Amino acid sequence: MSGKVKLINENGLRIDGRRPNELRPIKIEVGVLSNADGSAYIEQGKSKTLAAVYGPRELHPRHLALSDRAILRCRYHMATFSVEERKPPAPTRREIELSKVIREALEPAVFLEKFPRTSIDIFIEVLQADGGTRCIGTTAAALALADAGIPMRDLVAACAVGKVDGVLVLDLNDIEDKEGEADMPVAYMPSLGQISLLQMNGTLTYEEFNQALNLALEGCKQIYKLQKEALKAKYVAIKEEVETCLQS
Amino acid sequence: MSSIITSRIRQRQIYQMIASGKRLDGRGLTEYRPIKVEMGIIERAEGSARVLLGKTEVIAGVKVELGEPFPDRPSEGSFTVNSEFMPLASPEFEPGPPDENAIELARVVDRGIRESHAIDLEKLCLIPGKKVYVLFIDIYALNHDGNLIDASALAALAALMNTKLPVYVAEGGEIKKTSEYMPLPIKNYPVTVTFANIGDKMVVDPWLEEEEVMSARLTVAVDKDDKICALQKGGGGALTPQQILEAVQIAREKAKELRRLVVGNLG
Amino acid sequence: MNYFENRQIVTPGELLAEGDYIAGNNTYRIGNKIYASRLGLVEYQGKTVQVIALNSVYIPSPGDQVIGRIEDVNVNGWVVDINSPYKALLRVVDAINKPFKQQKDDLTSFLDVGDLILAKVIAFDRTMDPLLTIREPGLGKITQGQIVKVSPAKIPRIIGRRASMINLLKRETECKITVGQNGIILVSGPTPEHEKLAILAIEKIAQEAHTSGLTDRIAEMIRREKG
Repeated sequence: MSGKVKLINENGLRIDGRRPNELRPIKIEVGVLSNADGSAYIEQGKSKTLAAVYGPRELHPRHLALSDRAILRCRYHMATFSVEERKPPAPTRREIELSKVIREALEPAVFLEKFPRTSIDIFIEVLQADGGTRCIGTTAAALALADAGIPMRDLVAACAVGKVDGVLVLDLNDIEDKEGEADMPVAYMPSLGQISLLQMNGTLTYEEFNQALNLALEGCKQIYKLQKEALKAKYVAIKEEVETCLQS
Repeated sequence: MSSIITSRIRQRQIYQMIASGKRLDGRGLTEYRPIKVEMGIIERAEGSARVLLGKTEVIAGVKVELGEPFPDRPSEGSFTVNSEFMPLASPEFEPGPPDENAIELARVVDRGIRESHAIDLEKLCLIPGKKVYVLFIDIYALNHDGNLIDASALAALAALMNTKLPVYVAEGGEIKKTSEYMPLPIKNYPVTVTFANIGDKMVVDPWLEEEEVMSARLTVAVDKDDKICALQKGGGGALTPQQILEAVQIAREKAKELRRLVVGNLG
Repeated sequence: MNYFENRQIVTPGELLAEGDYIAGNNTYRIGNKIYASRLGLVEYQGKTVQVIALNSVYIPSPGDQVIGRIEDVNVNGWVVDINSPYKALLRVVDAINKPFKQQKDDLTSFLDVGDLILAKVIAFDRTMDPLLTIREPGLGKITQGQIVKVSPAKIPRIIGRRASMINLLKRETECKITVGQNGIILVSGPTPEHEKLAILAIEKIAQEAHTSGLTDRIAEMIRREKG
């Protein structure tokens, strides 16, 4: 808001050299934790996030169980060392809110009715935060759910769009998030064409909002493609290895 | 979730009515329930307001203290928004610390006020880096009949508009309270407009039964210049981009109606 | 119209087919479009489109043979962990032939916490926990052998078409192999070395379940390991 830091240079490039509609480099790995039923790890720029899924499993305490569907639970948590100044380990109000909106972003994707009286538990650990962690957490959690073999309508891909120095930009990093004029995280189920997470801080005119939403959806579609590749990669690697062995 | 769970037959009625463009309580899809705003109802608070939105009732109080500024904003006052769903407001609410719903509500109301720069925080500084006004905006749900968010955002804005700051004078490096008061400097008038998605239709200001059958909720905060200053999707369903774009357009119109109730025509 | 080739890997939400098709296992339909609902291999068989899941939890089904572990003993019978979100119940009447006197007989003398059993699911629906029986030939307490755990999704591959894979394993490793539909497999052979070989083969099948030519490779592997 202060406008002290120049976030877009004279060539129209961002502080980390990206074009406005460019995502940060993304590295995705699926099935990274052996104890969890499903898991995923994402590095997006300097943000590093793990997600794990346990379940469907017997629900404790049992009185929370629903007779016609599974309940989905989600904990978004930032490691104490993930930010500049140590974050106290107890959940903050921000983390409680984000746990809720991420859960609600994933809920429409999961066929919860297949597993009555059980719980599906999602744990998101932000190991290093450099902007966009709720989106990265959502993207990773969707992969962990699919990796766990949980039936889903679609994957959920998430990406933020924002306004910095008057320009709409995709996938904000921490400085852009803090110094920019607006930040709008979006989660999208591309096959269904439905948005399951939408938040916004800052001020946008209707026109800007319309453009921002479309830009965010483009970002989500790119991430969706990477998600699908990452899910298949593990199995494709085994298949290729076997086939090479056969040929030799 | 026991006593007020809506029966299947009732759910069907709600769906059918909304599909035909009407609602069970006689409202149109983009119509608010009757709204009543009262200001200055708690004398001990520096600012206060009660909002009745149909049968939903919310009270907001502002308490003012002196405190230190945040290190990164040494010459600005600060504020926090808190919300509690009191057990007396609904059989669903239980005593204890605010749950995720109350926290979400408070943070959405906070975002609307903060992002629209509703409070002129720079005017709340007494000694830069040392002494500033600190505002606590506390919102209590007293009766829950749906759409606590809009009622709370409206109550918070009304309470802020009603807030009187005690005037302090500096005397030999010390700060002393006088018996004088001045109005809180306000620059913007954000209000929220909340929608429920029921059978692919977006309805404004859902009441309790509609909230129970809705698949998703969308809250749009709009400032005095018709700009969007906060958004929040809630609920376990999803929305299409088209539904969202249309809702935001409607919200900008509805926001004017709501703002007029608090601000008159000056907003 | 099919959007993939047979046995390609698909992810939830991917459009598999459009037109006059039947939505098989692990797929769902919107209008005339059929989408995958699980990570797995797509299979087009005539008009049916299905996905063979690569990972899944075990959901009990009546008739399934399962291997479980006694977790608790109460007055009516035993609570059994069957590697599923749902705990199974083994009632006294489904476990013991002779009449049972609550005052006199001690249930733990039949089965105690920690015991493994081979059982059959006799009932399960969404309102009720699964019921087991061990009152059929071959069922009951497991007293010897080693346990291997795999994803329940891999069990059909371990059994193979017309039991070809499991028969190969039994023949070549000389082990008795009992497969629980819940992903728990009991291996019992003449020596620990025989058992080790069988377990190695089972783990390889689970790992490479989605590849083709697996039976031949397993046969070769066992022969190589045997030297």
